[in-house]
Amino acid sequence: MMAFSSLRSVSVDLNHDASLLIDIPDALCERDKVKFTVHTKTTLSSFQKPDFSVPRQHEDFIWLHDTLVETEDYAGLIIPPAPPKPDFDSPREKMHKLGEGEATMTKEEYTKMKQELEAEYLAVFKKTVQVHEIFLQRLSSHPVLSKDRNFQIFLEYDQDLSVRRKNAKEMFGGFFKNMVKSADEVLISGVKEVDDFFEQEKTFLLDYYSKIKDSTAKAEKMTRAHKNIADDYIHISATLNSLAADDMTANKNLNIILSLQKVEGRVASDQDLKLTELLRYYMRDIQAAKDLLYRRARALADYENSNKALDKARLKSKDIPQAEEHQRQCLQKFDKLSESGKKELTSFKGRRVVAFRKNFIEMAELEIKHAKNSVTLLQGCIELLKSN
Amino acid sequence: MSLCTELVLDITYHQVKAPLFLVAQDLTLFCICVNVQSQPASLAAEDISTNSNGPKQDSLFDDDPEDLFAEATEEVSLDSPERDVLLSDGPSPAITPITPPTSVITPRIGHTHDDMFTHSSFDEIEEEEGGDSFDIHISVSDPEKVGEYMTSMSLFKRSEFAVKRRFSDFLGLHSKLASKYLHIGYIVPPAPEKSIVGMTKVKVGKEDQSSNEFVEKRRSALERYLMRTVKHPILLKDPDVLQFLESSELPRAVSTQALSSAGLLRMVNKAADAVNKMTIKMNESDAWFEEKQQHFENLDVQLRKLHTSVESLVCHRKELSVNTAQFAKSAAMLGNSEDHTALSRALSQLAEVEEKIDQLHQDQANADFYLFSELLGDYVRLLTAVKGVFDHRMKTWQKWQDSQMLLQKKREAEAKLQFTNKPDKLQQAKDEIKELEGKVQQGERDFEQISKTIRKEVSRFEKERVKDFKTIIIKYLESLVQTQQQLIKYWEAFLPEAKAIS
Repeated sequence: MMAFSSLRSVSVDLNHDASLLIDIPDALCERDKVKFTVHTKTTLSSFQKPDFSVPRQHEDFIWLHDTLVETEDYAGLIIPPAPPKPDFDSPREKMHKLGEGEATMTKEEYTKMKQELEAEYLAVFKKTVQVHEIFLQRLSSHPVLSKDRNFQIFLEYDQDLSVRRKNAKEMFGGFFKNMVKSADEVLISGVKEVDDFFEQEKTFLLDYYSKIKDSTAKAEKMTRAHKNIADDYIHISATLNSLAADDMTANKNLNIILSLQKVEGRVASDQDLKLTELLRYYMRDIQAAKDLLYRRARALADYENSNKALDKARLKSKDIPQAEEHQRQCLQKFDKLSESGKKELTSFKGRRVVAFRKNFIEMAELEIKHAKNSVTLLQGCIELLKSN
Repeated sequence: MSLCTELVLDITYHQVKAPLFLVAQDLTLFCICVNVQSQPASLAAEDISTNSNGPKQDSLFDDDPEDLFAEATEEVSLDSPERDVLLSDGPSPAITPITPPTSVITPRIGHTHDDMFTHSSFDEIEEEEGGDSFDIHISVSDPEKVGEYMTSMSLFKRSEFAVKRRFSDFLGLHSKLASKYLHIGYIVPPAPEKSIVGMTKVKVGKEDQSSNEFVEKRRSALERYLMRTVKHPILLKDPDVLQFLESSELPRAVSTQALSSAGLLRMVNKAADAVNKMTIKMNESDAWFEEKQQHFENLDVQLRKLHTSVESLVCHRKELSVNTAQFAKSAAMLGNSEDHTALSRALSQLAEVEEKIDQLHQDQANADFYLFSELLGDYVRLLTAVKGVFDHRMKTWQKWQDSQMLLQKKREAEAKLQFTNKPDKLQQAKDEIKELEGKVQQGERDFEQISKTIRKEVSRFEKERVKDFKTIIIKYLESLVQTQQQLIKYWEAFLPEAKAIS
């Protein structure tokens, strides 16, 4: 069991409207399940209390996300991407391997490696809390979504949500998933695009998505290599210390290696948060933007079909008023989607630029800080060695 | 004014074209530039002759059938597969004149680390022995720089000279030295390993990164090997060493014995076996030897472990470099795709920064390897020689004891013969006894000599090791500092770009 509570920096810039403030002050990790404490502070009368907390599981977040996606009224909005499932597989596997290799290491080495793994575990934990929190904060800062009834239930309902979740599943089933599968085809094969803005956006988003997906993967590999180096430093420092025990060559000054390991580890985790996580988040966000485009494309297709149906009806002189009504509705829906879609995509770009800027600056500053720290440590050690 | 010598050693690599019909063993020639310098020193006068064990060596050219060394030596002939053989179906390698290795062979060793490879100096401490002080200062420098000297040392005929040597020549030198000095207690530095795979690639003319790296690795190893050898006060004066350094042409033996590291290990193991088979357990009257042996055992274990960890570090750092390069490319693509102008530019800048950082990681990995990893590898091999020397001492003791036991038996036999009437046999017995007495005395002297030598050698070795490690570790840490300082520069240049996004 692991408990966690503190403040974290947010990788997404949000306008925090004081009327509805949400955060996840702590979470519990019980075996495989993470229990988040969702805390709400509000001045809105629609809520029963001004300040309250509820426990929620990851599945509850997914339910909320899917419900929002399926809501017709929100078809013209970018629904914030669902937080990914908490994944402790990597540190768990490493912990297991460490346990197996315990005999080959000195006690000190083993302790240090274990500490590192615990830190990794904690980092994964922190990240998952952060990403769940951001999801809720995106919702609370959206003028339309923040008023959603299900959102309110999610925040307020003090009972277990699992019953509601089951009902939702029965209702929607795999509908959403099926839609997504053919979405790319809808977009690409497409319906003739009438609007330049959307034509451009489509081209841009499709291309950008594949590029950012690639960058995310490559950034992840970089981070992992950094971690491997940090681990190597642990082994090296442990052996040097054993040498120092009965040998004057590797004198205690070589605790430098251990300090370097700490720095390297921190470089790795900072890069992970500021770069890899940033890229990963926006990859998912772009997917959400793409989903918006799909829905609009579908609406356009529906409208065109309704036109054809109306023409047919006129030819046959049958059911004309229904066909006209249907066509009118489709057009209305399409226009509404286009209008809100344009707004959403424009503000999305702004959000993206701001977030990238913030993270790049922070990443550069941290890299400089760590490198300066390393230089100081190293130079101190070199001085000591030379003077000996 | 008293003088001390400076021996400047520099090994560069030349690949030579060979006619196709010649099945040569080894086409790579290494050029050794030797610059002998003299300059005033504050130390006592050098007196080479008193310090030399030279003349005695000849007597120890053993035809002793029990010489373990003879069995362990690889008899390598021209046609032996062990020798590097030119693949007759491959094209002959072109002449690639290669100047100082740092700038050409491994072009990725960046300028930041130029100093390390071309201007490293090793200060040898004074050798305290019988009053004379001998200060050898060896520095590795650019061949062009070789030129500052005054007068030559009496050991060498000229003050500045260059010779070309094959890899097998180095191995040949080592085998000669090993056969002369190992079994009397001198720690002879082992020669670098042979590598048929690596060498074949180079031969076939493959001009890729890995064969360049192989060549550089070998050149560096040979340089370290030779420097360790000449730093040894006894070995430096050995005529084979002097000939190796000076002669324009080395005699090419028909069958050269090349004792590889593996061969050395086999030899050591055989000595160890002999020790295990000893009927009389050696009564170690001198705790020093037992202590030192234990110490070296432990050191061996730790160094091997450390070597493995450092090799892992090199590997991961190379991986990081590759991953960084890939990310840089990906970020550049992303920047191209980005439609917000300022962000697009920032992403391109980020890609550039990461590309430079990739180079940094590559350089650092080289430093990790050439400074740290290779040092450890050298010492793991050196410790094999050290262990061998201890085992030889045991063997020498055994020999002495055997002679003593034989003498005892002969004496008993002679005593019995006294009561028989066989004057011939008696005389024979007395003669044998006299001979054996001589052998016993010699055995005792040998044992004492080897013990004395080992003590000296171990003391020198330990001092050398401490110095070596300290110097290299400082260099390595300095390389890390350089990397970090470069990182600071790169990120500080990127920061305004990031801030410029609006």
